[in-house]
This record gives sequence, structure tokens and C-alpha cells, in this order.
Amino acid sequence: MDPMESIKQTYFQECEELLLAMEEGLIAMENGEADGEMINAVFRAVHSIKGGGGAFGFEALVAFAHLFETVLDHVRSGKLEADAGVVKALLRAGDILADHVAAAREGRTLDKGHDSAVMEELAQLAGEDLPEAGPAPADFDDLDFAPVPVMFADEPAAPATGTGWRIRFAPHTSLYAHANEPLLILRELKTLGALTVSADLSHLPELAAMDADAAYLAWDIELEGDAPREKVEEAFEFVTGDCDLEITTRGSAPPSLDLQDIEITQEPAGLQPIAEPAAALKPAEPTKPAAAAPPAKAEPAVKPTIRVDLDKVDRLVNLVGELVITQAMLAQRVFDGDNHAANSVDSSLAELEHLLRELQEGVMAIRTQPVKSVFQRMPRLVRELAAQTGKQVRLVLEGEATEVDKTVIDRLGEPLTHMIRNAIDHGLEGPDGRAAAGKPEEGVVRLSAEHRGGRIVIELSDDGRGINREKVKAKAIEKGLIPPNAVLNDDEIDNLIFLPGFSTASEVSNISGRGVGMDVVRRNVVELGGRVVISSTPGRGSRFTMTLPLTLAVLDGMVVAVGNQTFVLPLTHIVESLQPRAEDVRAFGRDRNLLRMRNSYVPLVRIGELLGVAGFEPNPSKGVVILVESGGAGRLALAVDAILGQRQVVIKSFEGNYHCIEGIAAATILGDGRVALILDVDGLVGRCRSNLQDEMSATEPKATGTAG
Amino acid sequence: MSKRVLTVDDSKTMRDMLRLALTKAGYDVVQADDGAHGVEVLQSNPDVDVIVTDINMPRMDGYAFIDSVRKNPKNRATPILVLTTESEPEKKRRAREAGATGWIVKPFDPEKLVAAINRVAP
Repeated sequence: MDPMESIKQTYFQECEELLLAMEEGLIAMENGEADGEMINAVFRAVHSIKGGGGAFGFEALVAFAHLFETVLDHVRSGKLEADAGVVKALLRAGDILADHVAAAREGRTLDKGHDSAVMEELAQLAGEDLPEAGPAPADFDDLDFAPVPVMFADEPAAPATGTGWRIRFAPHTSLYAHANEPLLILRELKTLGALTVSADLSHLPELAAMDADAAYLAWDIELEGDAPREKVEEAFEFVTGDCDLEITTRGSAPPSLDLQDIEITQEPAGLQPIAEPAAALKPAEPTKPAAAAPPAKAEPAVKPTIRVDLDKVDRLVNLVGELVITQAMLAQRVFDGDNHAANSVDSSLAELEHLLRELQEGVMAIRTQPVKSVFQRMPRLVRELAAQTGKQVRLVLEGEATEVDKTVIDRLGEPLTHMIRNAIDHGLEGPDGRAAAGKPEEGVVRLSAEHRGGRIVIELSDDGRGINREKVKAKAIEKGLIPPNAVLNDDEIDNLIFLPGFSTASEVSNISGRGVGMDVVRRNVVELGGRVVISSTPGRGSRFTMTLPLTLAVLDGMVVAVGNQTFVLPLTHIVESLQPRAEDVRAFGRDRNLLRMRNSYVPLVRIGELLGVAGFEPNPSKGVVILVESGGAGRLALAVDAILGQRQVVIKSFEGNYHCIEGIAAATILGDGRVALILDVDGLVGRCRSNLQDEMSATEPKATGTAG
Repeated sequence: MSKRVLTVDDSKTMRDMLRLALTKAGYDVVQADDGAHGVEVLQSNPDVDVIVTDINMPRMDGYAFIDSVRKNPKNRATPILVLTTESEPEKKRRAREAGATGWIVKPFDPEKLVAAINRVAP
């Protein structure tokens, strides 16, 4: 890859981190928690984004970042007080800067109109106190950040006369202290034309009185040729202020100098021993600290991280999956075959299994990332929604360091965004409504993540009005989602909002509306192998709880036999398994069955029948029934022939190798080498219950409950 | 032997660009992530010929880093070039007060970078 292209990629990766750091700092400022270092970090982030952007010629980005940085500099130095208004403006600027970066990444430039309002706001903030600091708004289009070396402005650059220059150069002691070197300046001048240099030794004291660090020498330089004045001045750029410097054209009268002319026409290098007192300070080589004992390095403050190409990790994960399968096959063979020496084989196999499990976990861990990356996108969303709805909202983030598989992270953004839209649009009251309810005007939305029982639990809660159950139930009946006489408890009513086609807003607003409802959230979560439930207290707020697997590569499953086939049921969906009594299985409608469980009825489905498997046990009371639950779609009793055991299986995607099959989530390979299908419980429940619903609305239902 | 340059910058982008430009120009490059790291790297590489440092960095900024280099007898005569964006007279003044030798304006082109190094390193 072109090295610049690869650096550009590094730049964008870095931008992402910097934007996060910026956002974090700005939010801390908003909460009044920012100290000087935090503000510094924000400044640095913007500064670094600008610096790299300049290198790649992202002019619009650089122009914006420059203004942003100027304002931040005023805040940092205390010239500008970071009151609520200023911080809000900075947050908006941060959002625009992120847009600039995104645009640059996609190889386009942000529309002028997109940043002009914020740009004006920043210019005002930058200009109020320091008119010279920020460019006037009118100049934006012309902002030019090409490097402009500072020139001496006192004399206009003389046109090249061909007569050359006469230069008087008298270094101060500070010139040497700054590690500048007259010799190198003279050499640079020599590249401009023929040089005659004479050293003025008149101030040189006796050797005994000499201070090694002091400056005693001066030079008179005659430069021939037609070098422009800027070039001559450029050679002295670094020593301006550290020397007396006079540059005149050779034609003009030489300055009246008390010269003790000592003409030195040889190479100026001959002057080195005297001209460079600083050289005496360089340590003699042997005083170098022994290389064998390097000083102990301090622990870096930030934990070192690696960036791993996801493809590589995926291959590794796949490989480990294969290893697990191999181990299972080996185990199978040993137990199928001759049994002597089985004990030792047994224990070493146990060891192998243990090691494999560890290896697998370690490899999986490479893929995990803190949820912070997705959480950090939410404050901006909340700001925008607050502005759109006129509500005051404070977002509290917790557990951002909680780690979960990258795939889960990547797909978490959409449901979270939707839930936050919902919480702010429907959950929180407006300031007046809150005041009337005796709550602070500012609503609080809390987003948290934590590990619980091998899964990640993400909760989103608000302190709004809670779910209006009357309204929800009425709506569900009106939409035909539940029968009019259904008896539902509070939780069941709350979870109705996840049903497809449900929307509580009497008018579809432009925020939560857009034709997608909470059913999409549930579908997103279910696709990730998770579930989402809601609990709500009227007047106090609602809480959405998402439970997601830490990885999508393996699954804890129940292995069941149906006829000549083996299936896997994801353990997370299983409520219980039982052997039903014959009298608990009731016929319903033409060819449906219900299972009576503790005085309620659950639809009963024979998997063999549903999937067309040959030779399955037709009588549920002679097999086993597994009660499964799908996020919000309710429960279903699945009749199978037998349970074979519980085990962790490696998921082999269908979609990549075949195509989607209704009711089947994926496949896996069992210890005996056979392929087993992993059942899609949510799909099965949804399908069977909606079929049942149709029949129930046609006939009078026997069931006392419909949603579980 | 090629000249050894120590670059101190907290931005990986900038570090990569400096390394690319300097390595192409035949320099031997050592790098540090911030001022505090720069001090450590200098301890194990006291023979660097030129230091190129950014100003805005966490932990220890460029001014403090320059100050610390100048106070160290081993490196007080080592030329230090400061990376600045555009022309920032105030930043240059402060850097110079701290003991900087010269400066490089970001975004730099590799030729200017090498020219600036040649101006301060024999």
C-alpha cells in the first residue's frame, strides 16, 4: 500500500479516538466536571485532527478545526468563560467536526451550508474578546493554511539587484543556548552565492577570562549574486532575536563599524573551534550511561492496545471452532471403540477440552471491545433530539468499559438509537409536564451496560411518564393484536409495544415515527441472539433491558432428537422441559394442540411435524416437551422425542453457505460428525402463535392468557 | 553514520508521517509519544543529533520537554525543532524561551523538514 494512504487510514482511526476523547471532555465540561487537563485534552484532540487534516489537504476540515481550536484556546486560557451557552456551542462544533471527518473519509467535502451556522457562532466566540485571533467570518472561503514563515516586515523585500548583500551578524549568548550554530547559517548562505566572511574578533577576551557559554564573535558577510532578500533572511529565521542582524545591499554604504578587519577568506569551518563554544558542552563519549543498564521505563498511563485485522481474527476463531469439533470427534471415537486404557484417554481428553475452552475464550477476547464506541455516539443523538423536541434531557452513561464482541457492538447502534428516540419522544414529558408532575425540568435518560451471567445486559431507562397501559391495551385491541377480552398483567401489556405494527404515538412524529417501531428494535436484538424486555412504572419512567450474548460464534444449546434428526435449541430461550401427562395435551381447532401448564394453556407444536422429519414420536406424552420463550412473542411448547444433552456448539452460518430457512437459525457439527440444525426459536414462536392467533380470533378462545 | 532524529508527538498520524519523511531522507528515527516519553527515550538514546517535538501533548507538553532537555547537561546543546501549525508567533516565542532551536510549520513537506534539520544539525 502507498505509505501515505496507510498513514491516511491511521489518521482516520486516530480521528475516531480523538473525536471520542473530545466528546468525553466536552460532556464533562457540560456537567461542570472538567478540569484544566480535560479542556487541554479537548484542545489537543481538535488540534491533532487539524494537524493531520492539513497534511492531507482537507481544507474545509482544517478551516473549521482552526476556528474551533481558537475558541477552545480562549476557553483554556480563561479568556472565554465556558458557560452553558459556550459549551453547547462547542458540542455543536464537535458534531460538525465529526461530520467533516466523516466527509473527508468518504472523499467528499461537507456542504458549505452545513457548517456555516456553527462556524459563525464560533467566529463570534473567537472574535469577541480577541479580534485579532480569529479570522473574520467573511474570510472563511479564503482561509489558507499553507505554511507561511514569519518574515521581517520592517523592510520591503528589495528586488534582486545582482549586487548582493552585506550582512552584519553578531550572535548573542542565547543563540548558542538554543543550540543554533553560526557555521550552519554561513553554510546555508553559501548556497545562495559566493561568500566572503570576515570574523570580528574585537570582543574576544583573554583565554583566562573567557566564558565558554558566552558569545564573543561577530561576522561581516559579503554575499555576491542575486539571491532575493527573503532567502537571506530565511537562513537567519531561527536566530531572529538571538543576534544583531543588519542586511544591506552591497551598493549602499557600509554601516559605520569599528572594524578591526581581519579578512578570512578560507572556509568558515576554520572558525569552528572558537565559534562554537557550545560544542565544548557536548559530553565526551565515555560518559554516556552504559547501554547495558537502560533506565527503567515508567509504566505508560494508557494500556497498550492492538489493532487487529478482523479477517485474521475471524480465521482464528474459525480454526478454534474446528479444534473444538475435532476434540468432540476424538472423544466420540474413543467411547465408541474398545474401552481399555479408557481412563487415561479420558483424563487427557478432559485436559484437552479444558485447554481448548481456554484457548477459545482467549481468542474470542481479541474480538471484544468496550461498548464505549457505540455509547459515545448517543450524546449527540440526545442533544439533537432535545433540540427537536424542546425537552431538556441529560444522558447518563454507565459501564462504558464493558466489553462485548465486535459484531454485537457494530449492530447495537441501531436498536439503541431507536430506543433513545423512543425514550425522549414518548417517555419524557416536556418541561411543563414535568413541572406539573413535580419533577425537575431536566429529564434523565440513563444508559448502562454490565456483564451478568455470561451475557451483556444493556439497560436504557428514563424518568418520564412511563407506559400508559390503558392506551397501550386499547391500541393493541384496536389493531387486532390481542383479542378484546384478553386478560393481561402489567408486564404483558408493557411488552405489547414490541409487537409488529404497534405504535402508541397518536400522531406519528418525525422522530420516533418513520415507519419503524419497537418491533424493529426487538428484531435487531433477537437477530443478535438476545432479548429485550420493558418494565415501567406509571409516572416514574420506563426501563428497557436488553440481554445479549457476548459472542456470536458459539452458543450454549440443548441437543434434542426428533425422528432420525438431531436439533439444537439455544439454551437462552428454554424455560423448562417436562414430560406431559396425556390429559394435559388438548386438541384445539382442527389440527392444533394446546398444553395445559399450571392452569394456563400454551400452544404445543411437534417439531417433527413442523419441519417434516420422518419417524418422529407423534404422542407428546411419550416424548419430551420443551417450553421455549421468545423475547416478546410469548411461549411455545415444542414436542421432541428425547433430550440428548446440553453442550456448547460452534455456530456455522447458513446464509453464507446456503440460504435462509424459516425456523432454522444456523447449523453446527456434532461430535459424531453429523450436521445438526439450530432452531430459530423466535421464528418458530412467531410463526406458530400468529397462526394460532388467526384461529383464535375466528373461534372463541379457550385460553385464559395470550401473551406470556 | 546517519544522523539520528528523535521525534516527539502524541499523534500517530504525525509520527508516521515524520518517520516516513525522515527515513526516506536517510535519517535514523527514534520516536516518543509525549514529552515524558521523550525524556525516557533520550535517556536511552543520549546521542540523538536533532529533536523534533510537538507542543500540545498530554503528560508533558513541548515547552516542558524542551526545558527538561536544556537542563540536562547531556542534551543541552542538542538542536530542538518545534512543530507548529501555521505561523503562531506566540507559540514560537514561548518555545524559543524554553530553548527551542527552530521550528517546522505543519503541514510540512519533506523537503522543508530536511532543510530545517540541516540548518540546525551539523
